[in-house]
Amino acid sequence: MKTIKRKQQLAGWGFLLPASILIAIMSFYPILQAIFMSFKTGSSANLQWANPLTYNYSRMFKDALFLRSVGNTFLYLIIQVPIMLILAILLAQLLNNKDLKFRGLFRTMVFLPCATALVSYSLIFKSLFATQGLVNTILVNLGIFETNYNFLGNTNSARAIIIIALIWRWTGYNMVFYLAGLQNIEYSVYEAAKIDGANSWKTFWRITVPLLKPTIIMTVIMSINGTLQLFDESVNLTSGGPANSTITMSHYIYNNSFGQGVANFGYASAMSFFVFVLVAILSRISMKVGDKRD
Amino acid sequence: MTKKNKSATQRRLIPTYIFLIIVSFISVFPLYWMISAATNNTVDVATGKLTFGTYAAQNFANLLSRTDLWGTLWNSFKYAGVQTIVALFVCSLAGFGFELYHDKGKDIVFNILLLAMMVPAVATMIPLFKMMSSFGLLNTVWAFILPTISTPFLIMMFRQNSRNFPVDILEAARIDGVSEFGIFFRMYMPVMKSTYAAAAVITFMNAWNAYMWPKVVMTDNRAQTMPMLIANLAAGYTVDYGVLMMGVLFCSIPTMIIFFVLQKQFAEGITGSVK
Repeated sequence: MKTIKRKQQLAGWGFLLPASILIAIMSFYPILQAIFMSFKTGSSANLQWANPLTYNYSRMFKDALFLRSVGNTFLYLIIQVPIMLILAILLAQLLNNKDLKFRGLFRTMVFLPCATALVSYSLIFKSLFATQGLVNTILVNLGIFETNYNFLGNTNSARAIIIIALIWRWTGYNMVFYLAGLQNIEYSVYEAAKIDGANSWKTFWRITVPLLKPTIIMTVIMSINGTLQLFDESVNLTSGGPANSTITMSHYIYNNSFGQGVANFGYASAMSFFVFVLVAILSRISMKVGDKRD
Repeated sequence: MTKKNKSATQRRLIPTYIFLIIVSFISVFPLYWMISAATNNTVDVATGKLTFGTYAAQNFANLLSRTDLWGTLWNSFKYAGVQTIVALFVCSLAGFGFELYHDKGKDIVFNILLLAMMVPAVATMIPLFKMMSSFGLLNTVWAFILPTISTPFLIMMFRQNSRNFPVDILEAARIDGVSEFGIFFRMYMPVMKSTYAAAAVITFMNAWNAYMWPKVVMTDNRAQTMPMLIANLAAGYTVDYGVLMMGVLFCSIPTMIIFFVLQKQFAEGITGSVK
């Protein structure tokens, strides 16, 4: 009997072995290599230990462009994530109302941006907001602007468009999580609140938000994670421009390793390790904050 | 509920309807515009023509002459298809192992694997590129799929959903002398059909959308993917918006079909292990 049990346990290990080995080789081993590489300098074929060892790190914190990419990424994070998540919860709450007609249709339409491939939507927004694009044509025709405005050629408007595009693409995505979460809340809870005379504002803050807390924490972590690694939008919507003023961390790291002829693997590794640390710290913080508010 | 009550409820919902209509319009409009722009010439697109035009065939012909559309579509389908099949097999096997054979040791391994969720793609990009290049795998489907075959997300998804797997079947099958592998193939896989469907949809979508990693390892034009193709179309100094939107449309057709045909599985796939 014991040998059968052992055999089963062994089979269990066999089942999870391929996946575990792959994660070890494709995630853990490379991140260790990246840490080593971050202490080296030189061309990709001829990496030497840096002198001093922390050379790449001290260079990083003096690199105005890198610091700007960090600043930009955080700007996108701080503005886009809260707007998007609040909008997503609000939409989920509205669509969860059983009295609402065309619920399925509304849900499909709000969710629809997720059907767009990632690079596709960046290019759609780039075209819409081009100097000779639709948005300019409409604004000029309505008399709001006198001449066409170069949205993507000015730092602040270019940043704003990245944020608008992100909100457009990901709000419906996050709404799906909240709708799934709301379905676990008994509808009678809402009916009871209604009978007790709670208005929808109160119901939202006193019932929906607390009951959705685990879902909210998860979407916050996912959004932080995703925004810190923003790449496609920076590359395709603004090309990091004008003059690198909208560039994100991932985009800058890419430029330093594969993008612009110079393969600066050591320096790029140091910056990428910095991103790794940021992701780890911010995920921990959101989990801790989530735990406390019980 | 009385009729009067009902109409009062609907009246109170009027602001909600207005808000939802506005949000729906904003959500749908860019996609409508993409399709209409694909049928117009670049001048009409720029001047804000919103109706469908007659340039679809012309734009399509231009796209074909400027890019290797069919070859690239085939690449994207091939990479995403192989990725989906292999990833589902490897991760479901692991989810099955973690949940139905679980013991302390395996739980520890599981928690270690979850840490991989925190590793950003950009941090492993350079070492993985060197690895792929030293094995001569650049520009092959292997370079595309290897880093993302096994993901904590998919393993967790299968593990969580395995909770509903009836353990009695397992015991009964063992008494009948079915091997452990046989149980996986003949019992687990059929029972978990809906999880497989959701996992397949989300994996295919992610693989189809992948941009940074293919840009790194697919250095040969003949190995490029659809997102790379349309990004290149937009990178020139003079952009033909009609042709560009035709390309964007082709890049979005598979994801749109999945969205409309398999919306339920897509939504389940996104939320994955959250139950």
